Order: sequence, then structure tokens, then C-alpha cells
Amino acid sequence: MSTILSLPDQSTASLPKVSYLNKEYGLKSWLLTQDHKRIAILYLIAITFFFFVGGAMAALIRLELLTPQTDLLAADTYNKVFSAHGIIMVFFFLVPVAPAVLGNFLIPLMIGARDVAFPKINLLSWYLFVSGGCIELTMMVFGGVDTGWTFTTPLSTHYLNTNVVAAAMGIFVAGFSSILTGLNFLVTIHRMRAPGMTWFRLPLFIWSYYATSFIFVLATPVIAIALVLVVLERIIGIGVFDPAKGGDPLLFQHLFWFYSHPAVYVMILPGMGVISEVVACFCRKRVFGYTAVAFSSVAIGVFSFFVWAHHMFIMGISSYSALVFSLMTMLVAVPSAIKIFNWSATMYKGSITFDTPMLYTLGFIGLFTIGGLTGVFLASMGMDIHLTETYFVVAHFHFVMVGGMVTAFMAGLHFWWPKITGRMYPESMGRIAAVILFTGFNLTFFPQFILGYLGMPRRYAAYPPEFQVLNVFSSAGATVLAVGYLLPLLYLTWSLKYGKIAGANPWQAAGLEWEIQSPPLTENFPVTPIVTHEAYDYEWLASKKGSEVPTVG
Amino acid sequence: MAELKHHDEPTHHEHHIVSPGVYLAICATLLVLTATTTAVSYVDLGEYNTVVALAIACTKMTLVVLFFMHIKYSSKLTKLTVAAGFFTFIVLIMMTMTDYISRAWGRW
Amino acid sequence: MDSHTLAAQTADTGHVEDEHAPFLRHHFESVPQQREAATFGMWLFLTTEIMFFGGLFCSYLIFRNWYYPAFVAGSHTLHIWAGTLNTTVLIVSSFTMAMAVHAAETRVRRALMGWMIATLILGCGFLCVKAYEWHDEWVDHHVPGLNFGPESFLHGTKAYPDDKLPLDVAEKTQLYFSLYFLMTGMHALHMIIGVSLLTILLIQVRGGKYVNGHVAPIENFGLYWHFVDIVWIFLFPLLYLISRHQ
Ligand SMILES: [Cu+2]
Repeated sequence: MSTILSLPDQSTASLPKVSYLNKEYGLKSWLLTQDHKRIAILYLIAITFFFFVGGAMAALIRLELLTPQTDLLAADTYNKVFSAHGIIMVFFFLVPVAPAVLGNFLIPLMIGARDVAFPKINLLSWYLFVSGGCIELTMMVFGGVDTGWTFTTPLSTHYLNTNVVAAAMGIFVAGFSSILTGLNFLVTIHRMRAPGMTWFRLPLFIWSYYATSFIFVLATPVIAIALVLVVLERIIGIGVFDPAKGGDPLLFQHLFWFYSHPAVYVMILPGMGVISEVVACFCRKRVFGYTAVAFSSVAIGVFSFFVWAHHMFIMGISSYSALVFSLMTMLVAVPSAIKIFNWSATMYKGSITFDTPMLYTLGFIGLFTIGGLTGVFLASMGMDIHLTETYFVVAHFHFVMVGGMVTAFMAGLHFWWPKITGRMYPESMGRIAAVILFTGFNLTFFPQFILGYLGMPRRYAAYPPEFQVLNVFSSAGATVLAVGYLLPLLYLTWSLKYGKIAGANPWQAAGLEWEIQSPPLTENFPVTPIVTHEAYDYEWLASKKGSEVPTVG
Repeated sequence: MAELKHHDEPTHHEHHIVSPGVYLAICATLLVLTATTTAVSYVDLGEYNTVVALAIACTKMTLVVLFFMHIKYSSKLTKLTVAAGFFTFIVLIMMTMTDYISRAWGRW
Repeated sequence: MDSHTLAAQTADTGHVEDEHAPFLRHHFESVPQQREAATFGMWLFLTTEIMFFGGLFCSYLIFRNWYYPAFVAGSHTLHIWAGTLNTTVLIVSSFTMAMAVHAAETRVRRALMGWMIATLILGCGFLCVKAYEWHDEWVDHHVPGLNFGPESFLHGTKAYPDDKLPLDVAEKTQLYFSLYFLMTGMHALHMIIGVSLLTILLIQVRGGKYVNGHVAPIENFGLYWHFVDIVWIFLFPLLYLISRHQ
């Protein structure tokens, strides 16, 4: 292991004359583009906007919880704020963030295709996403909704007079965007691979996106029909969820969580794909147990359809059924653990460099492990009865979603930023931001585990005074976390103009996307590549670098 | 070079054109099955009315999928996709039913 | 043999023509690849449709088991002849659609248009019969939420004089009709979308499209149409038939 990661000579690298970014100019060339890379950028812009809207809601929540009384927000307003936070962050940030941004940009590049299979549908899905988001934002301006993001019946159908219908329709529209994205990826991965790109030569990124896409395609329609039923129940009172007419409110939860649990894996699987790429590159090693990691992605995707009722243990479902779901849930820990162990094994004796993407990755592995293990606590029914609907659950899914997915997305964004834009971000700033983010995250959410264990319920604007100390910790951490997110926004924007020129392969990473210029051409590959070796062939790359390419640094 | 363009899986499936005779035969069978299922519903078979009706419906579906929708002549991938759809449908039904069937059993 | 004659030869067998087919989109390598991608994409879309209707079928199963007598009485009010007629119409329309795809594959424009028009007429016929049934249910106060009344289930009907349900059971028939309208309504919505798409395709065929080997849009529409047919093949026994004799 003698390879030393060295950046290419930044003084001689130059931006390519023609790339997808400057092929055409003008707003119209962006809004009507069918280029998967430009659509990825469109998604990135829209999603960043939604992230900061959702983040502002989170800031309001944490400010309110600074004191035990309801002094900043009235209880009603607080309900609307946390609902808005949940709806925006789940449906308009976490679900689309990694698939639509990184997936759109990278899947065709990684498999050696010129575009996704259906470019027009790809653009359509962006418009559907934005339309759904606009419906949601309009709904919030006109009074908002206070059901929480779960629309639990009969609360959402019978007891509230807020804009449930509009909120549900916004999600319905955005759901079609997910379905079309998933469909596009599946067809692309199956039908558009370059010659020689066999299934077991695919980067692990592709495997995890494959599982994600299947969840999109098979689970999303069920929430669509569930939301249609909620809307009809509210408008004309069809009675399916109305106990007074013989309906069953729990049926809604079954249908809702049939989607929303697999959706949780939509929110983590792509992150795992990113981590596999980054770990391999910054340890200069092939990912340990490639096949196991690949199949664990598929296994997580399959298992995700068998576990949904763990969200309903205290809602009145049969205890026998709950037992089945509890066992199935614990089973998901197995493929997740396979991934964690394999990444650790990859790092063992690797020549690790601690660049920004790798720092985020290390953060991910730690935070995801905590988030995943507390998930096992919640899967066991006895513990769940004590912990459910408390801040323990809030902390658990924020560790998985924010500590896991968002951290992984940041890792991926930094890792492929030079490919996307052709320029490097300032490395030292990147490292500082990664450390701030990790610190802020733990300070924000770790106290919430304790709060939840002590019994502080979620979704309340006020709490008993003895919980204040930990809440102050949490709110203080949230400000640190906010800095951790704003900093990348600033320096990444700055780097668009002033960043160093990256060159084709600044990380000396393996993979088809690094063999082409950055930013790539509109048609990606001037000639169709022919794949002859496996993914992550860093030993081969090292020998090639040693003999053929002069390394600098 | 031309050979290299094709993938490892059998994507280059020779497209099969089904003859009109087959379509006509399938259509006739479907109509006969429709008549049968309506006729059987007038006979009292107890709970077997449901079984027979659903069995006939499944047969009809299979015929439509295999011949009208060309699954019989399709690649393995398409067949697997159809299977995945039905599998997930079954999962939805079965796993939901674990709750509804045992909800009245009470606590243990 | 120089390259010129080689090109001429392959043109005879139709291969070169396909490689440069005007409908081949730039990011595909070949026409078969493009066609296979389209078919696979369509099938994936149909799996989402299975799951979309799956939620409704699941609800139907649950509530039918919970409120069996009410569901039996509810299904007794449907016209079995209308259901049978509609099933027949849809099956024949599936056949004509299959023939349309065949005509597109063999590149016969007149036949293609004929079969598509036949499918269109049959699809509209189905919707008319369905509308007639819905109208009857409206008249009988069987539309949940809008004008529902359980009265007709309290005293028995001419055809089923035994359908004398106690009031609380009779009220549960509303759930039967909710699911009936949801399922047939969603199905009819798919039919309306199908008929609209078919009209657009028909206009395009009239303009000369889809008879030059570019079959995928017709073929995919056919898949969609057959899928809608399959949904009805299950709705028919579930809603109309299986409770006849209880
Ligand atoms: Cu879950």
C-alpha cells in the first residue's frame, strides 16, 4: 500500500472549452433541458431551497423549546410549524435529495450511458416535484396544516379544519415525481449499461440506487391511494376511515406506512451507496465484500416491505401481528450491519486520507450506527411502548435521516462537486464544516435520546421544567448545526467562480465518471466506453499511476 | 463492435409477432369463461362461489397477460417485473391481514 | 467486396435502415434497445398501477369480511346483466387492441386505424353502460357521502325479499358502496384516460405515424389497455358475482 493520494497539478489543469454547462445558455435552455446532468442541477437548486425552508421551521421549533412555556409560538402554530417541517423535510428533501440529485447526475455516467432511458419523463418528474412543492408552500401560506407529516386518521379526517386536502394533494403530485424517477433509473440500469458493464462490475452506488428505485416504484402508489382516500373522506365522507360509519382509521395507517416505512430506506439506501464509493476512494481499496454489500442493498429493499406495522405497536393492532412485524424489523439490522462491518473492513489497513468527503463518511458511519441500533430498541415491543411518541423516536430517526442521509449526501456532494462543476471547493473550509456539522449534530440530537427516555413526549410546544437543561443543549446544538449547513452553502457557491480548476479526476478515483472531463460533455462519453475491469480497481489504478501518469504533490 | 454493443443479458430478444388466430382463440376462451362465471354465480355452491369466481378471474388474467400482453414471448426481465408487482401486492394483503385476522384474538 | 456494396446489402436486409431510423433517439444505441427500454418502462408503470389498485382491493377484502351481510345485500342491488355486458365489451376491446398492435407490427395502416376505432367505440360503450349503472345507484340513494340512505335495505327487495337488514347493518352497506364507487370510479378514470390517449394516437396514425416500425407507443398503449381490462376482470366477480347466493 504505497499509493499516496495526490491532487493533479492545479496550475496546469484547465476547464474544458465545451461542457454540459456552457453548451447552451439562457433560462430556457435549463428549464426545457433533457440532459440528466442539468436536471440534476435543477433538482439541486429546488431541493436546497426546500431544505432551508424546512430548516427555518426546525429553527422555530428549537427556539420554542428553549423554554418550558409556550412563549414564542402558540400551541396551534407550533403544531403547524412541526407539520410543515416534517412534510417539507420528508417529502421534498429527504426522499428526492439523493436519488434525484446524485442519482440523476451519476447513474448514466457510472454505467457508461449517454442519458437516462427517458429524458422527457425525467424533466417531467422535476416539474411534478416543483408543482407539488408549490402546492405545499401555498398551503402553508394560507394557514398550514397541523396533522404532522403522517396525516394520522381520524385526526386528519375528522378533527382538524386546516388545509389537509391541499397538503395531501401536494404530496400526491410529488409522489408521481418519485415514481417516474424510480422507473427511469430502473430502465436505465437494466437497459443502458455500456458493453462489458456486467452486474458485478457495477459500482455499489448503482446497486443501492437500484433497490431505492424499486421501492419508489412499488411503494409510492400505495400512499397515493391512501391520500386519495383521506381527501375523499374529508370532502364527501366515504366512511372508509370513519369508525362511526364502520370504517377503520388503522387501515389508513397500514396503507400509509406500507409506503412510509420503505420510504425510510429510500432516505438511507442512496446514502449507503455514496458511502461505498467514498470509502473505496479514500482508502485506496476495493470495498471489502463487494457481493455482500451489493446484496445487502437488495435485502434492505426487500425487507422494507415486511416491517411497516412497527409504527403502529401502540395504535391498537393485534399483538400477534405486532410480534411478526417486530421480528421482521430486527431482521433489517442484519443487512445494515453487513454494510457497516464491510466499510470498517475496507478501512482496515487502507491508506486513508482525511479529505472532506471522508470526514463526512466517518461521521456517517458513527451516526448511522447509533441511529440504526436505537432502531432495534424501538423494534422490540416492550421498549417501544415506553419510548414511542417520545423524543427518543425523534432522536432515532434524526440520527438515521440527518446524521445518516444528510451527512452522506454532503459526502457525495463534496466528492462529486469537482465533477459537477469542474472546480474544487476550498478543502480546509470543507473539513471545518464537516467537523462543525458532526459536533452540532450530536449536541442537538443526543440529548433528545435522554429526554425521550425520561419521558418527554414529541409534538408538544410546552414541557415540564425539569427537561429544560437538555432542551437548551439541544437548541444550542441546533445553532451549531445550522452553521454546519450554511458554511457549505457559502463556500460551494463561492467555488463556482473562484474554486481551483479540478481536472478530470482530482481524487484519482476509479469509475467511469472519473475518466471523462469535468464538467462532462452533454453526451457524456465521446465514444461508448467498453468496461474491462471491476469496480474500485485501485491496485490497478495505482500501478497505472506509478508508471504512466506523473503524480504531483 | 456491433456485437459489443449488446449487454450480457438477453436484451436483444427477437421480437415475436403473435398471429391473429391466437388472439381470436384467446378472445373466444375469455368470452366463454365470462359466460361460465356468470352462469356459475346463479348456482348455489356456498363459499365455493367465491373460489370458483376468483379462479376463473385468475385464469382470465393469466390468458390476457400471457397472450394479449405478450408475456409468454417476453424476456425474463419482463416476466420477473410482473412477478415482482404481484409479489408486492400479495405482501400488502398478507401482512395487513396478519393484523386484521388476529386483532380479535385479544391479548396474550 | 468494398464498403459500398456492403452497405447496400445490409440496406436490403433492413438493418442499416433501422440504425438510422428517424424515431431512434440519440441516447440509444439501437432500435431494439429503445423498444425494450420502452416496454420495460411500461411494465414498471403497470406494477405501480397494481399497487395503486392493491390498496383498494385490500380495503375491500377487509371490509367484506367485517360486514359480510351488508356487502352481500349491497351487491344484490347491482345489475348482473350490466356487469356481464361490460365484461364482454372490455374483453372484445382487448382483442381489438391486440389486433391493432398486430396491424402496427405488420405495418398496415388501414387495419391499424380500423382496430383502433373499434377499440375506441368499445371503450366508450363500456363507459356508457357504467354511467347508466351509476345513474341507477344515484336514483336509489346508494351514493355514499352525497345521497346515501340505508332505507332500501330495511324491507327487502323484489328480487331478494330476504334482504331485511337491521338498521345498524344496513348502514354498513355504505362502506360497500364506497368501495364500489372507488374501485369502479378509479377504473373508469383509467378508461377515460385510455380513451383520450387512444384518440390522440389515432390522430397521429392518421398523420402517418407508427406504421414505419416504430411500434412502441401503440404496443405500450395496448399494455395499458389490457391492464385496465384485467382490473375489471377482478372487479366483476368481486362486486357483482360472489355474493349472488348468500
Ligand atoms: Cu419504520
